[in-house]
Amino acid sequence: MAFKLTISGASASYGAVRALENVTLNVQQGETVVLLGTNGNGKSTLMKCLMGLVRPTAGTITLEADGVTHDLTKIATEDIVALGVALVPEGRRLFSKLTVEENLMLGAYRKEARPAIARNLAFAYEAFPILAERRTQLAGTMSGGQQQMLAIGRAMMSSPRLLLVDEPSVGLSPLLVSQTITKIGELRQKFGLTVLMAEQNFQQAVRIADRGYIIVHGSIAYEGKSVEDLKTNPLVKQLYLGAVA
Amino acid sequence: MRGNGFWLAAAAFISAAYGLTVFATNDYVFFAGYIILQFMVLATAWNILGGYAGYVNFGTNAFFGLGVYTAVFMAKAFGAPLLLQILVAGLVGAVLGFAVGLLTLRMHGIFFSIATIAMSIIIETFIINWKFVGGASGVQLLRPPPTAPFDSYIRMLFVIAAVMVVLAVAVARYVQNSWIGRGLRAVRDDEIAAECTGVPTLQLKLLACSISGFFLCAMGAPAAMYLQYADPASAFNLNYSVSALAMSLIGGTAHWIGPLLGALLLASTQQLLTVTISSEVNVLVLGLMLVLFVVGAPDGLIGLYRRFFKPKSSDPSGGSSAP
Repeated sequence: MAFKLTISGASASYGAVRALENVTLNVQQGETVVLLGTNGNGKSTLMKCLMGLVRPTAGTITLEADGVTHDLTKIATEDIVALGVALVPEGRRLFSKLTVEENLMLGAYRKEARPAIARNLAFAYEAFPILAERRTQLAGTMSGGQQQMLAIGRAMMSSPRLLLVDEPSVGLSPLLVSQTITKIGELRQKFGLTVLMAEQNFQQAVRIADRGYIIVHGSIAYEGKSVEDLKTNPLVKQLYLGAVA
Repeated sequence: MRGNGFWLAAAAFISAAYGLTVFATNDYVFFAGYIILQFMVLATAWNILGGYAGYVNFGTNAFFGLGVYTAVFMAKAFGAPLLLQILVAGLVGAVLGFAVGLLTLRMHGIFFSIATIAMSIIIETFIINWKFVGGASGVQLLRPPPTAPFDSYIRMLFVIAAVMVVLAVAVARYVQNSWIGRGLRAVRDDEIAAECTGVPTLQLKLLACSISGFFLCAMGAPAAMYLQYADPASAFNLNYSVSALAMSLIGGTAHWIGPLLGALLLASTQQLLTVTISSEVNVLVLGLMLVLFVVGAPDGLIGLYRRFFKPKSSDPSGGSSAP
């Protein structure tokens, strides 16, 4: 049952631009870890590295699942999904010209996920009743909040063990951000998920987090062992509360 | 239920085509009909990649021309029978399709389309310089006697084309309704997101390219014997690319029936105009119709149908059902 994500010494770049520098981070089973950082500090790049969409130039990313260690830098994205990792991408990236239900079905594209489609679809509609109401509507015609729900629902369709959430707050009103974060917390409870969430909204993110990291200019600047740690850290004050260091 | 209906219609279609060869007296029907059937196959095959996956292939003429010349080569070198020529052309097309599929790794959108045009020019240049198949001046072909039960070669070609329509449509329909089609639609909408949800995008694109290439190229093979002549300029005519694309768009790319209707509408109109007015006018008509549809019915005939007869349940390919 052991399940553990370990990133050690990972670096990544886009051409000559360094996006990640020697990042070391781990997520244990059942935890909700938040990756805090403002725009352009490498949060999304890290998420892409985890999904195999960007390959790190150095370092290792391993996923330990049931006694087997998988090197995520070597395997294809679809195989990473098959290992139980699902991403809610930044900006949602829905299939906007497909219906809500089609979007959800695509979340279960992997052969391993298909037998559970009916059950997962029922879960998704139960968790997000608005999606059931709008199942035949085109995803692109829904509001931002509804789209975020759909993006989360789609990720849940593959029965993930590790849910990666990249900036769920982007483009949402404060109330919707709060609702979205609460929902992620609920899903985590219900399905025993392990969550790694990249977010710049500190106050909202720490509501459901167990601990977190602060990423600055592509490097981990601080590792907080608890939410209290993060709340009292001077770096947080500097980055989020405007205090001068 | 619907599955059976499809196969019944397919059987009826082939029977009707065969019946026509028995009862019709005027051979012109088959000369014109063959062209319409040919474009049905080309549009249907084009749509598997261009419509479902959203990769606009401008190199239909490369596949078609390669099919023509595969047939020429097979006939000249080995005296191969027509069905073998078609099969081999199909396989050659699938291989070329696979290669085109590899292009999609690095190229998207307009860049992919331009690369496919370049490909057709490269292949045409190669054929022009290949003396064995006639080079630039082309090659005259002698038809062997038709195989029983046919007593006329053109009638036989007509039935073969009808069978190919059924095969191409059956495959397109299968692709559309299966997980392959669902994955391709995801690729068309957002390739990165598709990748993230576990869609094996490269595998699907390679598959779509190969299937599409198979039928585009296979349909080129009988064209050699249809014309009894092959030359690079007409075998690699850009008209095939434009027509396959225009027919799919005019019919609608979301459903397999779209390219079929588009080809039927456009190719028949063109045949009619060629006979009644002139063969130049039909190009003009193609352009006009494309403009009309892009402006008035961007989702093609299928889009028009959906707008006026709104389906109650959702279609897997997704209609325009904005609230």
